[in-house]
Amino acid sequence: MAVKKMGLKQKYAHLTRGLDWETSYQKMDDVFPYDQFEGIKITDWSKWEDPFRLTMDAYWKFQAEKERKLYAVIDAFAQNNGQLNVSDARYINVLKLFLTGVSPLEYQAHRGFAFTGRHMRGVGPRIAAQMQSLDELRHFQTQAHTISHYNKFFDGIAEFQHMHDRVWYLSVPKSFFDDARAAGPFEFMIAIGFAFEYVLTNLLFVPFMSGAAYNGDMSTVTFGFSAQSDESRHMTLGIEVIKFLLEQHPDNLPIVQKWVDKWFWRGFKVLGLVAMMMDYMLPKKVMSWKEAWEIYFTEAGGSLFTDLERYGLKVPKYADVATEMAEHISHQNWAVFYQYTHAAAFHTWTPDKEHLDWLSEKYPNTFDKYYRPRWEMWAKMDEEGKRFYNMALPQLCQTCQIPMAYTEPGDPTQIAFRCTEWNGEMYHFCSDGCKDIFDDEPEKYAQSWLPVHQIFQGNCGGPTVPDVLNWYRLNVGADNMDYVGSPDEQVWNSWKGKAPAEAAE
Amino acid sequence: MTVEIKTIDFEPKRQTFGHVARRIGEGKPATRYQEAVLDVQATANFHYKPLWEPEFWQYDEGKTKVVMEDWYKPLDPRQFYYATYNISRANMNQSNERNFTFVEDKGLLEKLPQETKDVLINRLIPVRHLHWGANMNMSEICQRGYGTAVTSPCIFSAGDHLGMAQIIGRIGLELDGQTGDGLETAKTAWMNDASWQGIRKLIEDTLVLKDWFELFVAQTLGVNAIVFDYIYNGQDDAFGAASLPISMLTEFVSDWSKDEVKWSDNVIKVVAAESAGNKATVSEWAKKWIAAAQDALTPFAGADAAKAQADKVRDKAKKLGLEI
Ligand SMILES: [Fe+2]
Ligand SMILES: [Fe+2]
Repeated sequence: MAVKKMGLKQKYAHLTRGLDWETSYQKMDDVFPYDQFEGIKITDWSKWEDPFRLTMDAYWKFQAEKERKLYAVIDAFAQNNGQLNVSDARYINVLKLFLTGVSPLEYQAHRGFAFTGRHMRGVGPRIAAQMQSLDELRHFQTQAHTISHYNKFFDGIAEFQHMHDRVWYLSVPKSFFDDARAAGPFEFMIAIGFAFEYVLTNLLFVPFMSGAAYNGDMSTVTFGFSAQSDESRHMTLGIEVIKFLLEQHPDNLPIVQKWVDKWFWRGFKVLGLVAMMMDYMLPKKVMSWKEAWEIYFTEAGGSLFTDLERYGLKVPKYADVATEMAEHISHQNWAVFYQYTHAAAFHTWTPDKEHLDWLSEKYPNTFDKYYRPRWEMWAKMDEEGKRFYNMALPQLCQTCQIPMAYTEPGDPTQIAFRCTEWNGEMYHFCSDGCKDIFDDEPEKYAQSWLPVHQIFQGNCGGPTVPDVLNWYRLNVGADNMDYVGSPDEQVWNSWKGKAPAEAAE
Repeated sequence: MTVEIKTIDFEPKRQTFGHVARRIGEGKPATRYQEAVLDVQATANFHYKPLWEPEFWQYDEGKTKVVMEDWYKPLDPRQFYYATYNISRANMNQSNERNFTFVEDKGLLEKLPQETKDVLINRLIPVRHLHWGANMNMSEICQRGYGTAVTSPCIFSAGDHLGMAQIIGRIGLELDGQTGDGLETAKTAWMNDASWQGIRKLIEDTLVLKDWFELFVAQTLGVNAIVFDYIYNGQDDAFGAASLPISMLTEFVSDWSKDEVKWSDNVIKVVAAESAGNKATVSEWAKKWIAAAQDALTPFAGADAAKAQADKVRDKAKKLGLEI
């Protein structure tokens, strides 16, 4: 008997869509208790288009293959002391920032996608979210395994888990992800699946991985290549989610637009750390933050939002402000860390002449006018033995939790400052974007665990800076302060200096 | 004469991360499992209460009644992290895949008489829906649970159940000549046949559990140990000539259940051994869900078989330190 073979798409549908059922011994609303309160209306889950059709057996096979290759490289890297091949030990500070600030977010994503992978009512998106949950666990674990080798030789890495929950600047990425985790399942999918993975991933993941490639970090770059196919699955899931929500019901548009606006701004603020990494921390530069912003947001994001116009979705609010800030954000951030180097778990430095010239060239509109003079002054003070430290605790933005150091749109000489009174208390913000987010959900953002407030309230180990650093488990004199004179520098020089000398003997 | 090659001194400053070293002892090298799992989940200084459950933080020990001084006590004896999990499953599946090829080449399912095919469609294929319910439960424990030691194997288990549901789906397609009709018939049986209704009610009742550790007990001692075990291992007589090819095609399932139970038994044992309070609570849940699973299996397997299956699990629960 001739059998009409079904197509792959149909077969996949049988093996996935066919699995779920309408419960009758328990109410569907009790089985899926969280997918109504956000106001998103889904009229027909079966309209979901699977962004990729991967059965579990294929998933195991591909992923196992990638893991075998990746761990072979990680092992070889450790065996051959591959850290010797990085451009300069200053580069290791990029890994410190990544492991303390970003890897814990991978873990949060893992748990968050387990939440949406259980609690969205449609079987198609649930399976895609579960696979992403698995992938994100992979990303956390492979990053920990990759950077583990650096941890053996360099400071500022060992306490990444402890620090992520406590250190002042790490509350910026942590609160970002806590915010998404505290949101409902649809907002999480827009926040992380769409805004983060689709719109902004090229400004986070790609700069770190390209930075690794440019700076000779073979193990991190191998991880990056290995994660690329995961990332492209995540991007197709993110775009499918937003299209699906917008197609399902016109009432979804204003809700989704609000989330896109909010998560664009939240993401942009976190990316300030990447901006600073690209412009100041990479010994061998990939491109400037401004260039990256132009390519990946202005151009790529522009065509994305043109594509989404047919659903009525607009470019995120304050995208123009973010674009203007691309001229400033890296300089202002690195200046904050330079002043507070005693309280940071990575090293800082003033840019040397060649580096300053590069910045002048990349930022012709702003660098010479506003930032170069400051770096030259600080370098001079340092030479004279009067290295500049800021010992006052800064005020933090209630929403993004970054110290109030950003300037007014249109006036880079004026610090921007916004506030709102709510429930008899005054709340402070770095920008209109952050203030809007608060004003829309004050009950949520009034709860922020603001590191500086917490220090003043005595919740961070004690009243003095050494008390707090001790509570951070920050190893003073090793993890913090300038690169020059650090144990990192010492070990690097001993490897680099000793090797040729001994070989010549 | 000796040849002496000078090398650079690479004396490590430390062997592993601080949180790992504090658990395994300073100066000791850590395993990949330890670095991938220990203390990975955030525990402090959360920013916002979830809009969907404001009574808890997103990671909150209060989401179960059992209390652990340290949720990194119930470790995974398999020491799975992402890489080893996937490699293990890819290997298990590879041999299952060979069996599919063999059974297809020889037409072992195709050649079965229609009555036998109907038995399989009615008594085996609907189990894929039970796997899907189990997948939901394991995802739920992963998201609601506390501590990476317990939660990370749960997402692996969720992936396993999806994979097994798909293996059963493929068997269904082999039986119905790749039309999907057999899968439809099996779904109708799952929804309506009296024999499956106890099982469907059981899994639906677990889908609304809020206490994640109760859910863990219900899933592993009730659904896995009683219902899945009977469906895969208790039906040889009913399957007749099909029982050999079916056991070949579900080799993955039997490998999985041996593997899973090593881990899930250990979790229950360690949590119950923590305190008299935990022991009483876990024993209570075990009693309740073993009884519920026995009732659920009764219309499918008959009262005697269901009781025998449940008694086996009661014995096992006692060995895990529970009072049944
Ligand atoms: Fe990731
Ligand atoms: Fe802000």
